[in-house]
Amino acid sequence: MISRRDFLQASMAASAIVGGSGFGNWGRLAAQQALSQEQLLQFDTFGNVSLIHITDIHAQLKPIWFREPEINLGVGANKGQVPHITGADFRKAYGIADGSPSHYALTYDDFAALGKTYGKMGGMDRCATVINSIRAERPDALLLDGGDTWHGSYTCYQTEGQDVVNVMNLLKPDAMTFHWEFTLGSDRVRDIVADLPFAALGQNIFDAEWDEPAEDFAPYKFFERGGVKIAVIGQAFPYMPIANPGWMFPEYSFGIRDQRMQEMVDEVRGQGAELVVCLSHNGFDVDKKMASRVTGIDVILSGHTHDALPEPALVGETIIVASGSNGKFVSRVDLDVREGRMMGFRHKLIPIFSDVIAPDPEVAAAIDAERAPFADAMSEVIGKTADDTVLFRRGNFNGSWDDVICEALIQERDADISMSPGVRWGPSMMPGQEITREDIWNVTSMTYPNAYRTEMTGEFIHTILEDVADNLFNPDPYYQQGGDMVRVGGLGYRIDITKPIGERITNMTLLKSGDAIDPAKSYVVAGWASVNEGTEGPPIWDVVENHIRNLGTVAATENTSVEVVGG
Amino acid sequence: MKLTRRHTLMLAAGSAVAAMLPMRASAAAEEAIAAFTGGAEVGSGGITLTAPEIAENGNTVPIAVDAPGAEAIMILAMGNPTPGVATFNFGPLAAAQSGSTRIRLAGTQDVVAIARMPDGSFVQASQEVKVTIGGCGG
Repeated sequence: MISRRDFLQASMAASAIVGGSGFGNWGRLAAQQALSQEQLLQFDTFGNVSLIHITDIHAQLKPIWFREPEINLGVGANKGQVPHITGADFRKAYGIADGSPSHYALTYDDFAALGKTYGKMGGMDRCATVINSIRAERPDALLLDGGDTWHGSYTCYQTEGQDVVNVMNLLKPDAMTFHWEFTLGSDRVRDIVADLPFAALGQNIFDAEWDEPAEDFAPYKFFERGGVKIAVIGQAFPYMPIANPGWMFPEYSFGIRDQRMQEMVDEVRGQGAELVVCLSHNGFDVDKKMASRVTGIDVILSGHTHDALPEPALVGETIIVASGSNGKFVSRVDLDVREGRMMGFRHKLIPIFSDVIAPDPEVAAAIDAERAPFADAMSEVIGKTADDTVLFRRGNFNGSWDDVICEALIQERDADISMSPGVRWGPSMMPGQEITREDIWNVTSMTYPNAYRTEMTGEFIHTILEDVADNLFNPDPYYQQGGDMVRVGGLGYRIDITKPIGERITNMTLLKSGDAIDPAKSYVVAGWASVNEGTEGPPIWDVVENHIRNLGTVAATENTSVEVVGG
Repeated sequence: MKLTRRHTLMLAAGSAVAAMLPMRASAAAEEAIAAFTGGAEVGSGGITLTAPEIAENGNTVPIAVDAPGAEAIMILAMGNPTPGVATFNFGPLAAAQSGSTRIRLAGTQDVVAIARMPDGSFVQASQEVKVTIGGCGG
């Protein structure tokens, strides 16, 4: 008799090669110049349950350019494993043809050239069309939002998240979990959550004082769909008060808490759950480890690290689905649940090509209405990109957008060295494109934007780099915080990612003089996004705007100041 | 230079720098274990230690320990200048052999719990708790 594991593996193979809904097909479709909405949405409905996953939208209601990472290194057991492969290696692993739409959507190279052919991606109005089409085939499909939704744009900042909340409500999600939402401040989060017409979940959101589950967020919610009793368990970002300013939400404590996750799985199974889904903002490697330690989760819908994977990963008997970011993708997972268990699945990572998928008129109108009061301020042109310059952020080390921000900090704040956070959000810009105020806010918008100027010793700068590097390259994913490496300006260094903390960073050099950084000497450092309360300085978007206005045209040069070894 | 609150915070962070590297077990910790176990071999299993992987605040780290049937459980912060945290003693009428508290950690280090069982044997559990500067997530 075929075992359950064999079933899952057979399904896995099917998800990769299945007929018209298969991933590798995009390439052929493009070659025939026949990319159509119908083909992007084509899916042979399977089993009796459908899940729709969208995550890490970062308030990008309109289509965007978004270049996927070139450098995304895995360490320890995850070295060379998905999602830690990029470019040609990624295309080879998934059978993606060079120059195909999936090449453009999922890998970084030839981004500017392919972008001309395939256009912007995302847009919540296009996502609405996809979601509605899935619901037309499966009316009771569950829509699950993995969080990082109410953060990341000009309008989201000005309305404290209300613009995104209003638009997302039109998409009718069934449940959501959280990360950057908490940087709106806990009062604002509770205000929004109180009025949400869907479940706000997080089994790991605790009351900080009593170390007990917080009453404002349920650990899980039951749904009855297709005759199946489904439990969706929420898992918020585990390291909120460490990676983001804890003083903005002092009542709450987080953590991975996988022992409690196991208790929750056992509890919902005890209450008759036939399918257990974890809606997670752990990040992909943490989800893989959690799946190996917690038994009884059928599907993890994984967010936070912005990975877009054409196939689920299989850990034990758990499938892990990663659906990208910024509205570029929507995942559809159809499941066959019988005799109280998941017997098989069919999966498709649906790319939201904004020129191919028609916008939903109602949602498009709602987005425009939310933007209208801010249209004049957002559309002001500040500068433009040079004809050979793509601005992007995503990747383990400095992207070209980060280099612009770091240079702005050095110029505008008169500093020796600058630091910019290694966040994974922030859309890209194409060559020869006008840079508007909205574009600048898309890579800087946050509720703790102050650009500080301070003195740090060489030793302290080294400590910061080592600390952040360990939060990215610790071989145990549970000790990783989930951001990329802090971006630096005016400073060069060498990093060996295989070394332990304290030994990774060497050869620190002050670029303007070429001298080695002296541990005992003080340097003027400018940066932003400090997690410390009371940080003083102008908001980073003003600093970057002044810099770009002075430059007129922004040209990126290759950044060779960080030498990476051990990758 | 006017000392702003920001600078004070940065200075405070600076003073914690020396504590960033993982702290090795001190001689005092080894001595405390020897005193508790009398030098007996320490096994594993039958004891559960719950602690965060990364501390949200190194000054107050919630931990919990559970060792069904134990007579006593000793908790140590192996890298602290004073490693002893607490020893819970359980009488014969104790309904459960578990405890929880909050501890201060001087830096990244192992937290260890050792239980003495009624037959005179010892079991232990340990977990590394990372204390980090933080920031830059996401």
